Amino acid sequence: MIEIQNLTKKYGQIVAVNNISFNVNKGEIVGFLGPNGAGKSTTMNIITGYLPSTAGTVKVDGYDIMTHPSEVKKRIGYLPEAPPLYRDMTVTEYLKFVSNLNNVPKKNQKGQMADIMELVGLTDHRKRLIDNLSKGYRQRVGLAQALIGNPEVLILDEPTVGLDPKQIIEIRRVIKALSQERTIILSSHILPEVSAICERVVIINKGIIAAEDTPERLSMGLDQTLKLSLTIMGPKDKVIETVKKINGVKYMEEAGMAGEKSYKYILEGISEKNDIREKLFYAMAENGWPLLEVKSSVMTLEDIFISVVTKGQEV
Amino acid sequence: MFTVAKKEISTYFKSPIAYVLIGLFMLMISILFYTPFSVGSGDFMVVLKNMGFFLVFLVPIMTMRILAEDRKNGTEVLLLTSPTSLTSIVLGKFFAMYFVFLVITVLSMIYPIIQFAFGGVLTVQLVGGYIGFLLLGASFVSIGVFASALTENQIVAAIISFVSLLIMWMADAFSTQVSNSFIASVMGWLSLLSRYNVFTNGILGLPEIVYFLLFTALFIFLTIRVIERRRWVQG
Repeated sequence: MIEIQNLTKKYGQIVAVNNISFNVNKGEIVGFLGPNGAGKSTTMNIITGYLPSTAGTVKVDGYDIMTHPSEVKKRIGYLPEAPPLYRDMTVTEYLKFVSNLNNVPKKNQKGQMADIMELVGLTDHRKRLIDNLSKGYRQRVGLAQALIGNPEVLILDEPTVGLDPKQIIEIRRVIKALSQERTIILSSHILPEVSAICERVVIINKGIIAAEDTPERLSMGLDQTLKLSLTIMGPKDKVIETVKKINGVKYMEEAGMAGEKSYKYILEGISEKNDIREKLFYAMAENGWPLLEVKSSVMTLEDIFISVVTKGQEV
Repeated sequence: MFTVAKKEISTYFKSPIAYVLIGLFMLMISILFYTPFSVGSGDFMVVLKNMGFFLVFLVPIMTMRILAEDRKNGTEVLLLTSPTSLTSIVLGKFFAMYFVFLVITVLSMIYPIIQFAFGGVLTVQLVGGYIGFLLLGASFVSIGVFASALTENQIVAAIISFVSLLIMWMADAFSTQVSNSFIASVMGWLSLLSRYNVFTNGILGLPEIVYFLLFTALFIFLTIRVIERRRWVQG
């Protein structure tokens, strides 16, 4: 549905997006993840035809944005980072204006607007001035605006930013409901959001794609390395020395004092097959160092994100 | 085009801008109308001539927000990513502004009507003069819209259009001061005032009509180009 090939965008000397390529299939919901300034919004602005690219092509449903802009724009509903609202209009007036901009036939407008307002929960606020709405409701108006004209593709730039937790859950529910019949690209720097909604994640950093996969597979790729947090009562140096002798331990680090004689440690680089917890227990017992705490944790999408992003920086 | 124009017109008449502008304009032409009569002249052309000069102040205030505000508020994204073409968006904005100008023009016609009611003569020249005024207004509005496309700051837009209008208005007066005949003729050619005076002197000049229409079309075209170019140059 969306094909992006070798897309590059330069602002003068600054390269905002550097030669990225990815595809989004029909009906898919893709999360676009990256730290601030990674090039997420720029990429979205190019896909929607707001900005031209410096090089590379974007095709939506087979139409190139440069050669057939109106065909592409017809198929895309766009919610930019800051919802493009006219504050002196009421919700209904505004959506009517957007309907006309999108050439929605007059006879369909009323029904479509009513459906959309119902979906995003604006029906009770339809007669209010946008200026008087709270940020959460304005965001809903922005989302409603993107849905006008029933576009096949939705591009949502940080749709839940600035909302309270309850509103975030509600907006996510709406997006999830929309994804049944639409292709969606959604950007975010909030990771649980992406893993909650998206089928596929594209991590972008400094204008290049750092990783691309399903949230599950991305986690699995790094889940091979389990993390253990330990608290052991005993002399620090000797404990580290002993633990490092255990087969399979690659990295151990002291993480501060836990009590008078006990220290906290973090163990990384342990594979799931080679569970060292048992060996660890006996090794400590032999030396008479009580093992006060053993906590194993799986690396979350957050850790993956940070590791992918920092790896990118080293290169 | 119609969608954008309709929306802009309703924005103007929902906010105080339109009423303040119309009020100010009416105040000024009322004073102007009164003055020659108090000294016994009945020529409305004098008023019409000066109404043109008022536009130099009025149009920049009227047009300053038309594109600058969209850019500032981010609503430009909505317009540019909609299937509506940039040309029809800009034309819509231009015609919305021209509509506000037309309202002002129509209101100013009260005075010739008063004159007529009290035994004045409604001359063909006056009709010609008004045609000139409408054409002058179109060219002024096009410059105002153009200036508004240049910046996201409304005040800057107003200053740019005010200064350009003032220079074009006075180009004629300046040109007599310039010794270089080429520059003088260019300035004379630029002068909107001298072309407008053709109308207020009672002549319906075809070259002048063409001049004003081309002038307006040129600045609408430039507005589109400026927005298009900005998309390429920056974010």
